[in-house]
Order: sequence, then C-alpha cells, then structure tokens
Amino acid sequence: MSFSLRHVISMKDFTREDIDEIFELAERLERVASGVPCRLLEDKLLALLFYEPSTRTRLSFDAAMKRLGGASIDLGSVEASSVAKGETLADTIRVVGGYADAIVLRHPSEGAARMASEYSRVPVVNAGDGVGHHPTQTLLDLYTIKRENRLDGISVALVGDLRYGRTVHSLAYALALYGVRIYLVSPPQLRMPEHIKSDLLESNIVVEETSRLEDVFESVNVLYMTRIQRERFAEPSEYLAVAGSYRLTSEMLSGVRDDLIIMHPLPRVGEIDSSVDETPYARYFKQSFYGVPVRMALLVKLLEGRDLV
Amino acid sequence: MKDGLLIRSIEHGTVIDHITAGQALSVMRIIGINNGTSAVVSVAMNVPGEEMGLKDIVKIEGRELDSREVDKISLISPDATINIIRDYDVVSKYTVELPSEIRGIVRCRNPNCITNTGEPVASAFTVAKDPVTLRCRYCDHIILSDIAEQLI
Repeated sequence: MSFSLRHVISMKDFTREDIDEIFELAERLERVASGVPCRLLEDKLLALLFYEPSTRTRLSFDAAMKRLGGASIDLGSVEASSVAKGETLADTIRVVGGYADAIVLRHPSEGAARMASEYSRVPVVNAGDGVGHHPTQTLLDLYTIKRENRLDGISVALVGDLRYGRTVHSLAYALALYGVRIYLVSPPQLRMPEHIKSDLLESNIVVEETSRLEDVFESVNVLYMTRIQRERFAEPSEYLAVAGSYRLTSEMLSGVRDDLIIMHPLPRVGEIDSSVDETPYARYFKQSFYGVPVRMALLVKLLEGRDLV
Repeated sequence: MKDGLLIRSIEHGTVIDHITAGQALSVMRIIGINNGTSAVVSVAMNVPGEEMGLKDIVKIEGRELDSREVDKISLISPDATINIIRDYDVVSKYTVELPSEIRGIVRCRNPNCITNTGEPVASAFTVAKDPVTLRCRYCDHIILSDIAEQLI
C-alpha cells in the first residue's frame, strides 16, 4: 500500500500507483455503493462545504459517506452561513476542521482548495475550485473508462467547452499518465487553455486539436461530451450555431468503433440526444453511479490511513 | 565611447550592474527610489556592455539591498550583478539568483485566484528559467511577461 496523499486537490498530485490503489478499492466497494451494508467509516464525520450550487457531487459524497456507515454535516447555503457575514475561507476551514474528520470543498475561486489544505488539520477534498480542478470527477471518469473499456493506449476525444470546463482540464492531466491519444474538439473560442496544453505536450502524449466532431468520430474509443454553456457567448445566435454542431444523435453512430463508450459528466442539456441512451455505447448513467464507489474509496484512504482495507 | 567612467564612483552603497536593458526604472521602483527620494542615485541605460550587448546600471549611495529586493530584481533581470561598495572598494560581488519559489512578492494576474480575494494567504509561484516563467501555486496561472507590473 503506497497511497501518499493527505489531501485531494489536483490530479497533478496523484501518481499512477495512487490511482491504481483507489480503483482497486473502488471495485471492491461497488457492492457497498449498491446497498450492501458496511461500517467501515462508522464514527467518522464528513463536512460538506459547497460555496457554489451542486447536486450530484454533493449528493454522491453524502451517499458515499453514509453507505460506509459514516455521517455528514453540511454548511448549507452560503447566504445563511457565517460566510455571508464576511468570514474568510481560511477561518471557516479552521473552524470546520474542528468539527469534522474531513472536508469536501467546492468554491468559486481557483486555488481555494489548495489554500484550504494549508489551513486545515483534517484532509481536504477539492470538489471544484472555480475553473480550476475537480479531481474526484476525474477519478470517476477514469474509473469509468477503466471499467467499461481500458485505460492504456486508447484514443479519447474531449468535446465541447474545453476552456471553462474544469472537468476536462483535470481529465486531460490524468489521461496523460496513461499514454493515450487526446483529441481536443471545441469551437475556437472555447479551446483548451495554453498552460494545460503545454503541460500535456511536456508529458509526451499525442494531442490534436480540431473544431469538427466528425474529424475524430470514427477513430476514438472514448467520446467525452461536455456542456456548452449559453453564458459563454455574447450573441445567442452564436451559441445556437455552436451548440448545434456538437450535438450527438444515434444516427451519427453508424461508423464508430465497436468498443466506443460515450461519457458525459451530466447534467446534459441537449449535447446528447436521448436516442443515444438506448445504444450500446452510452455510459453516462453508469459513469454517475461510479462516482459513489470512487468517492468511497477516496474517503476510506484519507480517513483510515493505509492499512485498514 | 572614450575610456572612463560614465557615472561617478560611490563611497558606500550598491552598484546593480548588468541589468537587462530598459529595466533600470523597474529596478529603481523595486528598491523604493521614487519622486521623493533624497538618496544619491545614478542611472545609466542602454550602455554597451562587454558580453551581453546593451545593459542598464543603477548606483545608489548609502544603501544595501535586502534579500526580498534581490529576489525581485532577479525576476525582471536574471543576469544582474550586485556590487556592495564600502570606502570606494567592492567588498562583495554576486550575480542575482533566480529563486525556485517566491512567496508574497508577485501578485497573481488571475483576478479569480484565491490569493486575490482577501484571504490571509500570500501569493506563491514556482519559478522556471529561460525565459523567467512564474506559475501560481494556487491557481496554476502562468506569468510570462511584464512581471515588473505584478510586483507587490
């Protein structure tokens, strides 16, 4: 056992061994995620600090903790809390660290989780910091690829908003550990930020950029779709044109590889037509389920040290 | 140019030599020389140097630099040399050294970085050379140009 992390802030902190260990444990915990009783984290308390709205990330952390026999406490809405009185995040973290055994944090500012980890006496898990990182989403994405296809030597297309979509930023870093070929498919105004591209190229993987989904369609093993948000565009007409060109329907899937899997962090708003749900390629609901065993595995590693399981 | 000193020697103080051409005014700002100064300061800009082409020089009487000032100078002028002068003699001479990490001396350019939101945390960057590149420890934002404008 070699799991080395005290906090989970960015995928860049993970080694392949760390990830392998999480996945091995997650696979054993899938039964627990489906309802087999477990008391592994009995007596442990998880604090959920969400400074931005989130449904599935918050729910799946809550579910993961409770399925393991633990409990959770919730900051609730920011408006009703001490944050509204102007308390700094640094203070909130020090206070909450006195109540709970670990903290899950979502915050609108980039770097918030890294800073929180420096003030916290208990493990901090980054559940999204501004347009920065969202490592637990990445772990569950990787885990989905591993369970539903394979991880080494495949081609993955990341499609949609690659500029602001933190999910794809973290995922790109993680995929770089596995020697995959990455296609970045986005409209020109929503391209992957330069600093991430330069990191990817430094890790010696093949990265190709295009704005046309049809360029990559038939060669990839994984199609990772993301939402293109209306508010990223000045003109509604521009948004409609772009969103329309990144919309996946079942008719488009005739020439694809047999082992193709289609993923999406959800919620979707039209990027994937519901006709795709019935094809053998759809994996997005499976993907959201995997969020629970993966977060369970992380919580166990962080809360119980290396030797328990 | 004829042989001889472009600007006069100083008795006690510091000569900052081999400053990247054009950066002398930023160096002066770093060491706190502004409109109201009473210090004796000589500045030479775009002087032909022996090895590195044009350079700037700043001489300041009665003043030695602290390590924070030297770190700042290294960021905008990584080849600068610092000469400490006592009784007209150079008692110490060294080239500035680019630190591998800096804390609290450069402001992150990302307005949404946690270090720009009123939290008690100091900004922090890892530093890479050739060219000088700063990467925010918190938000990963990269600063490649106009570092002088971001100095705190």
